[in-house]
Amino acid sequence: MAEVFVLVEHRRGEIRDITFEMLSGCRDVAKSLDASVTAVLLGKNVDNFVEQLKSWADKILVVEDDKLENFNAEAYQKVLSHLIKERNPVLTLIGHTSFGMDLAPALAAELGIPLATDCIGFEVKDGALIAIRQMYGGKVNARFSFKKSPYMATIRSAAFKAEELGLSAEVEKVPSPLTEEVTTKRFLEYVEAVVGEVDITQAERIVAIGRGVGDYSDEKVRSMIEELANELGAVIACSRPIVDKGWLPKDRQVGTSGKTVKPKLYLALGISGAFQHVAGMSASETIVAVNKDPKAPIFTVADYGIVDDLFKVVPALTEKIREIKGGS
Amino acid sequence: MKIVVCVKHVPDTAEADVVITPDKKGIKKEGLAFGINEWDEYALEEAILTKEKYGGEVVAITIGGKDSEDTLRRCLAKGADRAVRVEDPALEGSDAYALAKALGAVIKKEMPDYDIIFTGTQAGDDGFAQVGQTLAETLGIPHAALVTKVEIQDGKAKIHRELEGGLEEVLEIQLPAVLAVQTGINEPRYVSIMGIRKAKKKELKVLNLSDVGLSPDEVGEKGSLLKLEELYVPPVEKMAEILTGAPEETAARLASILDEKGLIPK
Ligand SMILES: Cc1cc2nc3c(=O)[nH]c(=O)nc-3n(C[C@H](O)[C@H](O)[C@H](O)COP(=O)(O)OP(=O)(O)OC[C@H]3O[C@@H](n4cnc5c(N)ncnc54)[C@H](O)[C@@H]3O)c2cc1C
Repeated sequence: MAEVFVLVEHRRGEIRDITFEMLSGCRDVAKSLDASVTAVLLGKNVDNFVEQLKSWADKILVVEDDKLENFNAEAYQKVLSHLIKERNPVLTLIGHTSFGMDLAPALAAELGIPLATDCIGFEVKDGALIAIRQMYGGKVNARFSFKKSPYMATIRSAAFKAEELGLSAEVEKVPSPLTEEVTTKRFLEYVEAVVGEVDITQAERIVAIGRGVGDYSDEKVRSMIEELANELGAVIACSRPIVDKGWLPKDRQVGTSGKTVKPKLYLALGISGAFQHVAGMSASETIVAVNKDPKAPIFTVADYGIVDDLFKVVPALTEKIREIKGGS
Repeated sequence: MKIVVCVKHVPDTAEADVVITPDKKGIKKEGLAFGINEWDEYALEEAILTKEKYGGEVVAITIGGKDSEDTLRRCLAKGADRAVRVEDPALEGSDAYALAKALGAVIKKEMPDYDIIFTGTQAGDDGFAQVGQTLAETLGIPHAALVTKVEIQDGKAKIHRELEGGLEEVLEIQLPAVLAVQTGINEPRYVSIMGIRKAKKKELKVLNLSDVGLSPDEVGEKGSLLKLEELYVPPVEKMAEILTGAPEETAARLASILDEKGLIPK
């Protein structure tokens, strides 16, 4: 029977969510391709991972090697290209994460396998795979076909739901094909996220600013935002470009490479709603977005929206909130 | 140091109305502002910083039409020494794999003794996050994606790579290598009047496929592994309740909604 490979992503002793999302999300496409699902697990001392994965796949393929202790794209590539050549899975799935972005493109190129990155869905048409992915910051979806099989794809985080499958996987250990230490790229250490003075994950109300606020080093812009946040008793957080510019510290960034927040109120000002941002705030209780672009993807996550210039809306909103507070 | 930086000229669609063309293979370009890809702006800065620190030469490379010379001129004005643009009708329909092959061919021709190649981790338009890493594979050299710090030390580089949730990993990578950088790695400089003036005297070369030793079959749809079938408007599963009216009205409406929900502290 044909196989779909799902690469297990783990870091510092934990299997990452994307793994379970892929394992459960790929069941339909595997079925359409007449394939079973094999979780491919690389690492060192991975017995407890095997236990955790048993109910999620038809089979678990385990390669244990001291050289695979920490993720290293070069070492992973060597092992995976060996496994793929040997077993010829019809489809290999890898997370579109920092790990997958570093690994999949070179692996696919080495093997000459077509790769669709950052996929959010699949279709199977006349036995051939179609990948669905987004372009132009989520404003457009695209269907891509693959020139030939086998196929490879990387999967966007949270594009699929991880739903308990209740399977009982057969476990197969295979010897590591790594004969020598990988020297072209060496893992040295992790550097922890900086802890700042404000913990946005604990905030009940968040005013989040994005590139739409323009120059946040401008005193007028800053005080306009701070006044609103003050009236709301909210903490100020932001999208990535604001941190990249150095206008707010990294610990204020919401999203995949920042923090995940679940406040009672998330007020997004001038944020387009890229998936990397949305992943960090979509679980908020009430989401409000102010954006002058009616097609901004943020409006598909928000509960309430105002399509307008934030520089007009924010002062007016601050004023109205003051009135309400004054009147009570 | 011999430094290559690969850049892409892309439309800014963050605030624009994106319209799919009737053949469903692209978007209408009229009315869109184009410029250097956000990630490449940081790659360019890293290339120039590297040159400023270790000496050497920076060549900026792009694959694209005449209009992408705007982006190359920006590179020259900021400090790249020369620029190369590759254009050929056969490149039409190339996927990331084919583009990486083409870039590899240009680099081998224009700077075969490169020490380091910078690219952005992804382009804001198609978001593949694939070209730099694929390029490394076609050149047979190591790579790293999402690079947030680079320190060069004889024949090697100590780099930081961004992981999720603010975590980073530190790696040692052998040079030559492709470093696909993440936004925020540095503070891209502004273009100066002086820079623009100097840029006018710098070389901007235009090459076609045969100049870089590729046959038409190696790129374009034939040389690609992935094919765009169609673009479509994403289905909307959920949509916010949009408050309409003048700012005073929408603000008043929103304030009372927040008040009803008990979200205004008193
Ligand atoms: C690996 C990786 C990790 C990432 N991690 C994160 C992350 O953790 N967090 C994150 O946020 N991003 C992250 N990003 C970046 C992400 O892809 C987007 O580029 C980013 O979120 C865009 O930020 P933005 O919405 O503020 O800016 P843009 O996308 O530029 O949007 C600006 C918005 O402001 C609106 N606007 C402009 N002017 C006004 C005005 N006057 N009034 C009202 N609206 C206005 C525009 O219509 C537009 O919608 C990551 C990217 C990568 C590749």
